[in-house]
Amino acid sequence: MNTFMKKTVIATLFSLSMSMVGLSQADTLKLGVAGPHSGDLASYGIPTKSAAELVVKQINAKGGVNGKQVELVIEDDVCKPEVATNTATKMVSEGVKIVLGHICSGATKAALPIYKDANVIVISPSATNPGLTQSGDYPNFYRTIASDDAQAAKEVDFALNTLGLKKIAVIHDKGDYGKGLAEFAKKFLEEAKNGEVVLYEGVTPGAVDYSAVVQKIKRSGAEAVIFGGYHPEASKIITQMRKKRMKTIFISDDGVKDKTFIKVAGKYAEGVYATGPQDNSKNPLSKEAIDAHKAAHKKDPGAFYENAYSAALAILNAVEQAGSTDYDAVSKALHEHATATPVGDIKFDERGDATGVGFAMYQVKDGKFVEANK
Amino acid sequence: MEYFIELLFSGLTRGSIYALIALGYTMVYGIIGLINFAHGEIYMIGAFTAYIIASVLSILGFPALSIIVLAGLAAAIWSSAYGYTIEKVAYKPLRHAPRLSPLISAIGMSIFLQNYVLLAQTSDFLAFPELISDFDFMEPIAHIVGTTDMIIIVTTIVVMLLLTLFIKMTRMGKAMRATSQDRTMAKLIGINVDRVISITFIIGSALAAIGGILIASHIGQINFYIGFIAGIKAFTAAVLGGIGSIPGAVLGGFVLGLTESFATGYVSSDYEDVFAFSLLVLILIFKPSGLLGKQEVQKV
Repeated sequence: MNTFMKKTVIATLFSLSMSMVGLSQADTLKLGVAGPHSGDLASYGIPTKSAAELVVKQINAKGGVNGKQVELVIEDDVCKPEVATNTATKMVSEGVKIVLGHICSGATKAALPIYKDANVIVISPSATNPGLTQSGDYPNFYRTIASDDAQAAKEVDFALNTLGLKKIAVIHDKGDYGKGLAEFAKKFLEEAKNGEVVLYEGVTPGAVDYSAVVQKIKRSGAEAVIFGGYHPEASKIITQMRKKRMKTIFISDDGVKDKTFIKVAGKYAEGVYATGPQDNSKNPLSKEAIDAHKAAHKKDPGAFYENAYSAALAILNAVEQAGSTDYDAVSKALHEHATATPVGDIKFDERGDATGVGFAMYQVKDGKFVEANK
Repeated sequence: MEYFIELLFSGLTRGSIYALIALGYTMVYGIIGLINFAHGEIYMIGAFTAYIIASVLSILGFPALSIIVLAGLAAAIWSSAYGYTIEKVAYKPLRHAPRLSPLISAIGMSIFLQNYVLLAQTSDFLAFPELISDFDFMEPIAHIVGTTDMIIIVTTIVVMLLLTLFIKMTRMGKAMRATSQDRTMAKLIGINVDRVISITFIIGSALAAIGGILIASHIGQINFYIGFIAGIKAFTAAVLGGIGSIPGAVLGGFVLGLTESFATGYVSSDYEDVFAFSLLVLILIFKPSGLLGKQEVQKV
């Protein structure tokens, strides 16, 4: 073989390999997946990784997005804000334009400014901190899970607009969860034009008797009680209300939507409303997603799996609709084009929260929680 | 005005429960000077016993009244057995130890009993059957005071009267008073002090069990932890009324219950405990021995 031949071959190979690189760059769409994949919170992040892998496998088998294969860029942030900033920088430097993650609210919040500067769109399956979308600081952020205040919003909306009530007593159990919810409920009631808070009180959990606070609810003239807390206090309060022959409507949260509540409050539980995560089991896509996980991993999926599956579908569909990963085009597509996902047909409101995702209202009927459709 | 009466009854109901439990604290303290921290747990065990017996009897189809009586008796006996055993196991061996030792032993017993019931039964809340059905003649005032509230208040007052009579009139009562005044002297004049102490624990435990049944059927739920808060509040009531004094325990219970109820009604239930314990501090500043407590003469 002469030198010329050698040179030609090398040159050809070189150019080929170059063009291969060029091809692969042009032909894959990088989807970043960030979350805890090791450490004590790994169980929150790994289901999202599996969801991304399964969605991508399925989409690639059908020819990819806009003719490009989807490639995953997986990074571990161990749920720590200080690590998440590094993760985000790495994603940006790898040329990732869309990220599925992060998982924890704190890590997400730390990473978002970096993504925002690089025009990267972030969609989280699990970060529930209300401020992430409501502050307006992160127009590049979307999520497929309801924020922490969504339950309170649902309760207030249901009381005022579905049941048409005006006077609401807000009661809580002084705990982080219950008081947090009650504060949101109070805020939403005050913001709403058609309702008022007639009583706002905390009760001591474990007290032997709640009849004084029950009398106070009666005197306040409340048409409904919105209770933030768990079922033991809820069942005591509802029992004492009914024993005092009060017909006041009782609305509570997913801390009360528990079968123990019905067991303990018995006949007094009838008619009580409680919010709970919406039921996706009738959605064929949800079943499909779970079956795919069972087939691949031989076990039931973990936390936020369906939300992550939906987020991956939604963001990839938006890129498909937009025709590229151009920031403005993808944002527009996320807001305008609904995607059929396991958590329902979702698109995103102007703040970045998925519409239709969240909590449903249930009511106790004949000793069971059934979806309230009044 | 109606609101005031409602709060009054709410406070009396609450106070009665505290009083029933406080009686046990105060009796034990009066006799051996020990704060029996496991007493709240005796109350909880009484409620659990009644729950089990009442469930079994209602499956067997007993009439309602016999269920209350039998469950009440069983709970009182079973709780008394616990009270008796606790005294023998945890306090008697420490009778001549420094005062702090039986106190620590009592706290240990309280934690032990909570966890024992947690393991033997469940950590879940159980639905306590409504043993007391509403009386028809109470219906017109049911929105102000319920049947169970009324029964709780009446029971407490009756129990207090019987107990006072027992201590004033009977031989055993006299022996109890003697033991409480001076244990060594009582022994010297031939009183079986150990027996007196055992009986005190038995009576106190039976009262706690009655309290347990009444409050459990009032609020309709029990779990292993109910004794803790009730115990703390009842202890407060006993101190408030003057620990060692039987009418004092009942008065203390009522004062505490009414304070909490009116604080909730006219201020905010957020401040219920603040008012209750501020009152305790105030009373102890101006009357250190409690409302009806005897001034202790310092022995030189």
